Amino acid sequence: MQKYDLSKSYVKEVNSNIALETDQLSVFYGKKQATYDISLKIPKHSITALIGASGSGKSTYLRSLNRMNENGNTNVKGKIIYEGIDINSSKVNVYEVRKHIGMVFQEPNPFAKSIRGNITFALKNHGIKDKKVLEERVVSSLKQAAIWDEVKDHLDDSAMSLSGGQKQRLCIARAIAMQPDILLLDEPTSALDPVSTGKIEETLRELKKNYTIIIVTHNIQQASRVSDYTAFMHSGHLLEYNDTNSIFNNPEMQITNDYISGHFG
Amino acid sequence: MNPKSVNRIATTVINSLVGVVVALLVLLISYILVTGLPHMSLDFLLSPSQSYQAGGGIRDQLFNSIYLVILTLIISFPIALGAGIYLAEYAPKNWIVDVIRTLIEVLSSLPSVVVGLFAYLVFVIKFQVGFSIISGAVALTIFNLPLLTRNIEDSIKSVPDFQMQGALALGLSKWTTIIKIIFPSAIPGIITGIILSSGRIFGEAAALIYTSGQSAPVLNYANWNPFSPDSFLNPMRPAETLAVHIWKVNSEGITPDANAISSGASAVLILVIILFNFFAHWIGKKLYKKFTVGEVK
Ligand SMILES: Nc1ncnc2c1ncn2[C@@H]1O[C@H](COP(=O)(O)OP(=O)(O)OP(=O)(O)O)[C@@H](O)[C@H]1O
Ligand SMILES: [Mg+2]
Repeated sequence: MQKYDLSKSYVKEVNSNIALETDQLSVFYGKKQATYDISLKIPKHSITALIGASGSGKSTYLRSLNRMNENGNTNVKGKIIYEGIDINSSKVNVYEVRKHIGMVFQEPNPFAKSIRGNITFALKNHGIKDKKVLEERVVSSLKQAAIWDEVKDHLDDSAMSLSGGQKQRLCIARAIAMQPDILLLDEPTSALDPVSTGKIEETLRELKKNYTIIIVTHNIQQASRVSDYTAFMHSGHLLEYNDTNSIFNNPEMQITNDYISGHFG
Repeated sequence: MNPKSVNRIATTVINSLVGVVVALLVLLISYILVTGLPHMSLDFLLSPSQSYQAGGGIRDQLFNSIYLVILTLIISFPIALGAGIYLAEYAPKNWIVDVIRTLIEVLSSLPSVVVGLFAYLVFVIKFQVGFSIISGAVALTIFNLPLLTRNIEDSIKSVPDFQMQGALALGLSKWTTIIKIIFPSAIPGIITGIILSSGRIFGEAAALIYTSGQSAPVLNYANWNPFSPDSFLNPMRPAETLAVHIWKVNSEGITPDANAISSGASAVLILVIILFNFFAHWIGKKLYKKFTVGEVK
């Protein structure tokens, strides 16, 4: 494999409204550093894709954004600026952060509850008691996640009996029922067939009207299909960040070109 | 050898081993039931035991066994639940916790006679509690705790971590997640653990001889005041259990029908354990359903 210079990168200055910004974000697992000084501005109401080879630190970076990296000896240095405040400060309430920045995981992980229960569980725990409000959230989130028609007649059935693609859309619904600003998705379609994947991509395009979406994906075509901006990571470094069109048609960095044309990784 | 014949040999060996285990089990249970059931009658179940004459029953011993299991679980389950949750979700990975885990394992393999004597010296003699159900329950708790703790820890750990991640990502606290998501999913495993440990309590004799004692004072089943000496609920009274009764009738019984009594009592003991199994599974299913699916109607 060719040696690349990891110190050179191309990061485009975006001028639109910024939903989230990281400033020199470095994540350490114990002594091991997994990401290096990542500075990135995520534009509002758009889809940003994170691509890169396995182990390049995409999940690590994504999980830091809503502070899911807070266990054991994981250490996150740098700033995460959301609505003008650095949410990576220990003074900021993580639970509050996660209400604003939702997350969907690679493995569909509905709770062992009814379909309705999956949506209402967190809402109830956050103090929403009004039955009408809850029901309305159930309906609207399932509709937004494009799964309403498939489940509307058996909302009280166990979520465990859904197919993988339906489970994943339920998890998306569960996340948007919280009415977050930002939705983080870590390879949400990697366990799914092309039809379910298509549905979820459709859902994301619809959702970006109201939400800011950051999606990690291994599927380069997916990144080019759904995203507006793309960030390419390698060995923990952000090497190129540009609008998706430029990245795929006219990448600035040799390494980006090699990656998207399948020459390594 | 080709993979096919390797596979065939392995399957045959495994099947015959399973066959041996099942055969032994069937043989044992049917022997106990066949020799015991003829002596089992309503009268046998409902009359008190006799020390010298024939025709004694096992009413009080049967009740004592069940009461002892319930008391022991009431004491040990909450402690084991706390310890299990701590070990599964909160304990740091360091040598102190490793030592604690090892100690728990050692505790669970202590001979029951030793635990019985310990409880006898500490509770019955030193604290002057006397032979009593509560002393027995404490003794049983000592070796029930490690098993239950271990079982709860394992059941909780077996719930996939992404359930926890999913709940945390919705802004829920770790504690809320453990109580409302992880624990309900772990219920079936925990029920199995309770059944296993209850079976052990039902069958235990050695640890009880010195703690809950070998006498079964006549009980008044109409007296619901647990503080009154003849109440069936009084935890401070001595209480011979079924297993202890079987042991005693067999070793020093002087009633003419000692043999019949011990066979009958053994059959009853087995049946009670089986019934308890079904009952616990049924409760577990109900709980699991209640906590997991369709709680909002
Ligand atoms: N919990 C952890 N503890 C220690 N090291 C970790 C942990 N999680 C990830 N790493 C390491 O951090 C680096 C980045 O991992 P990360 O999971 O972020 O990569 P990724 O880009 O998401 O890969 P993939 O595409 O395979 O999901 C890897 O070298 C990985 O071994
Ligand atoms: Mg990953």
